[in-house]
Amino acid sequence: MANKGILIVAVSQRASLPPATFELVTAGRRLADTLKEPLAAVVLSEKAAALAEDLAACGVDKVYAVEHPSLANFIGPVHAQAAAAVALKEGFGKVLLVSNVAGRALAGQLAVRLKAGLAADVCEILPDGKVLRPYFSGNLIASVEFKSPVAVMALAPMSFPRAEAGAAKGTVVPVAFDPGSPKIQFVSYQPEAANEIDLGGAERIVSGGRGLQSEEGFKPLRALAQLLGAAVGASRAAVDSGWIAYRSQVGLTGRSVRPKLYIAVGISGQIQHLAGMSSSGTIVAINTDKDCPLMQMASIAVVADYNEFIPLVIDEVKKRKGSTAVAA
Amino acid sequence: MGMNIVVCVKSTPSSVNVPVDAATGQPKTAGTPTAINPYDEFAVEEAVRLKERIPGSTATVLTLGPDGAADVLREAIARGCDGGVHVSGPEFDGGDSYSTSLALCAALKKLHAEKPLSLVLFGKNTNDGCSGVVGAETAAWLDWPEVSSVKKIEAVDESSVTVHRAMEDGTDVLKLSLPACLATVKEINEPRLPSLKGKMAAKKAVFPKWAAADLGLTAAQVGASGAAAKIVKAAGQPPRPAGLTVAGASAAEKAKKLVDILFERKLI
Repeated sequence: MANKGILIVAVSQRASLPPATFELVTAGRRLADTLKEPLAAVVLSEKAAALAEDLAACGVDKVYAVEHPSLANFIGPVHAQAAAAVALKEGFGKVLLVSNVAGRALAGQLAVRLKAGLAADVCEILPDGKVLRPYFSGNLIASVEFKSPVAVMALAPMSFPRAEAGAAKGTVVPVAFDPGSPKIQFVSYQPEAANEIDLGGAERIVSGGRGLQSEEGFKPLRALAQLLGAAVGASRAAVDSGWIAYRSQVGLTGRSVRPKLYIAVGISGQIQHLAGMSSSGTIVAINTDKDCPLMQMASIAVVADYNEFIPLVIDEVKKRKGSTAVAA
Repeated sequence: MGMNIVVCVKSTPSSVNVPVDAATGQPKTAGTPTAINPYDEFAVEEAVRLKERIPGSTATVLTLGPDGAADVLREAIARGCDGGVHVSGPEFDGGDSYSTSLALCAALKKLHAEKPLSLVLFGKNTNDGCSGVVGAETAAWLDWPEVSSVKKIEAVDESSVTVHRAMEDGTDVLKLSLPACLATVKEINEPRLPSLKGKMAAKKAVFPKWAAADLGLTAAQVGASGAAAKIVKAAGQPPRPAGLTVAGASAAEKAKKLVDILFERKLI
């Protein structure tokens, strides 16, 4: 029997689905329509039944809800066992995941169980079934062809629009699951400081580099980020100087991001940094050095000292937001 | 009691700024200097730290790659590993994460049969292939527990390891039974430089070289023949449209203009 159908593997994180999961629905729907195949999803969660309704509401034809306490926190082999059981039973041909920490590890586990080719960080799915993904640390784009009957693709967050509720509602099917005795036990979870927006799913990012000169330098950036609803990022130089945590690092040894708006402040734009953010929509560079690589590649470049400039930008945005509020 | 630790490393181009060969559509890497994949340095350091922490332990470095890849085994020994194994042969050329992880699994099983392994460490990803899934795939072949994005190894005993996993929204603490596979991130440590003693040991080191047949695999299972995905073409990043510079007599004027543009384009 030929493998057929598209399966979205949705992993809940802290009892909710990461927003990028809904990007999988958009990508999956496009694939399903092109191939004239059904679109299904499997939700792995301690609250799968409820979360499955959200995906069904976005037009996923059939949503398998694997609800079990062992799926509350991501445990690679346990989640893989649950997802593989559904994928193998129904013989799906394409498996979509979010390319985040959990999704990438799960993709690897599933590829072996499904005897499938794997492409991670996929940013585009071509009509002929090939996919595009970063190669050589983002300096190149590779076109990947699958040779196996099953293809596993982990999609880079922010590469597809998020699906919204309103399409023809699909059905939810509960699936029983017995994890056996897992070789990994979840011990605890320590959340990041509250109200911090995650870089991966951020539509806007304000990022700082060596030019900020100190930890203090991130203060105006954080204020601007808060005003814009943006995540705060950093270059390796700023992280290595100890001004901000490693989790905020954008670039080769940090995170790859593709927000609609990337504001780089005091970042010269070493190739390692560009590798992590050059797929952003609009890039604004603010720097005193007009010739540095980031100013050269930016969509909008401003020669300015951030210390003076960022507070002025904050004032301008506040003025505008104030007037919009009045107008509304 | 000591543990036997294996760290998997790859020899990759030291610069990822490589051109694409117009004829083949593949990156032109011939003649490019190679080095230990930068992300693997953290895994090597962690293996050596664990070895130092638990008396009687060994750290073995494992690589799959052409003849020249033996250099990264020497590099890891210079940084404190005890010995290395080189999986090599023309049959491994053109592998993807699927066939590469199968070969690594076979090599690890062979090592495990010689002396039982406790931990296998990987880097976050390679700077050339960038898939970041070989650790998870190798663990799946082995059917050993695996955790990726490990930023700290908290406790190790004879039967388990407790690790901290860097997630997008915080830190998970997980306990794995041994043997286990861990893929590390940069945050885990600061790699040391090779020592003089290490460099001497590296110079003298001799590595067993294992072909597919030595691992109980056929040529059809590894390399390009065993691959489930293939990179048919590589291309440079599409050029970004030309940008504009915000001009103005004062910083205030530039700020106003910038915010105007961002509002006009509905970016904020």
